[in-house]
Amino acid sequence: MEITLAILIGAAFGFVLDRIGATNPNYIIRMLNLSDLHLMKTIVAAIGVASILLFAGLLLGLVDPGHLSVKAAYLGVFIGGLLLGLGFAVAGYCPGTGLTALATGRTDALFFVIGGLVGAGAYMLTYAGIAETGLLESIAGGKATLGPVSGADYPSLFSGVAGEWLGIGIGGAFVLIAWVLPGRIGAANKQALPAE
Amino acid sequence: MTFWQQVPLPWKAGGLLLGLVFFIAVLLVKPIGVSTQFVILDGVLWDAAAPTVVVPSEEAKSGYTSTNPYLDKSGGKYAKDVANPLNYSFVFVIAMMVGAFVSAILRGGVARDQRAMPPVWRANFGDSVGKRYFATFIAGFLVLFGARLAGGCTSGHMMSGMMQTAVSGYIFSAGAFLIGIPAALYLFRKEG
Repeated sequence: MEITLAILIGAAFGFVLDRIGATNPNYIIRMLNLSDLHLMKTIVAAIGVASILLFAGLLLGLVDPGHLSVKAAYLGVFIGGLLLGLGFAVAGYCPGTGLTALATGRTDALFFVIGGLVGAGAYMLTYAGIAETGLLESIAGGKATLGPVSGADYPSLFSGVAGEWLGIGIGGAFVLIAWVLPGRIGAANKQALPAE
Repeated sequence: MTFWQQVPLPWKAGGLLLGLVFFIAVLLVKPIGVSTQFVILDGVLWDAAAPTVVVPSEEAKSGYTSTNPYLDKSGGKYAKDVANPLNYSFVFVIAMMVGAFVSAILRGGVARDQRAMPPVWRANFGDSVGKRYFATFIAGFLVLFGARLAGGCTSGHMMSGMMQTAVSGYIFSAGAFLIGIPAALYLFRKEG
């Protein structure tokens, strides 16, 4: 049963990633250089929609709180984010979109994926030393959510607000941000040079 | 061109569909994540070359142990996935690739002149395929090393994390965009 769900949800995810343009590094790079925010609007809206559905589902008892999986916060999360951000900008790929881009026939994505396998391998081999530096020690409550979610065993930063309503509110804010984000930031003064 | 051949979809339709997929994943199983599977594939390849890397163990919580401390962490949960790669998360990632392949076929595939590099790269760095491949290799290294250090990637931390209001998701996203946007502004001055 679980493998069937993996196939169905995984295939839907890959299909949608391709349809929103996320497998195309041109859209990702132009999102990051702020010259075309279409993909940014899509992703921000998606996070908002998912958040609203999730927390409404939790309130209504449709979603099992045991299905949540909140990752720990530690300094390495931020540093890892910085490293990922640099590679994301250079290639226009992240792990999921790199693999799906490879599946659509992009050859540069193959080199991204091979580099990724080497990078993940390098982390495996250096993990013990990295753990000793303290970069992996929990900060900001560890596996924390913003507000407490009933039925889930996670600490929260703001214990006074129901996590479900906070989640719906933040989800709404994400949708609103997606709505008001402009199509681009900065004037269109960076046109490509004509072919020589 | 029909709606179903349009790429990218309008942001409202795309956002709704992508949001639905992330919600359905949590509703039925668990939040979506991808980058761990690079480690699992590394482990599978490594274990195939050196079969003593992952071995069954009655003392380990997962039933498997590894000589590599990363595969062995949390009671050997990665070691177990390496020993049994036909698990939910690994099959999910393979299915994700199949889904993208089918979508690409239905819309006529990627234009030949864009397969090795996107136009925005060509406009800023020229036609050299070797240069693009070298850059994406290094970028792949940085992205996956970073994702493993962070414990998740754009899917696991940014999307699944922020949809759950996970504090770690906001910290990760702040880091990724704090470098990603200035780097792209600096590297890609021409739009392509």
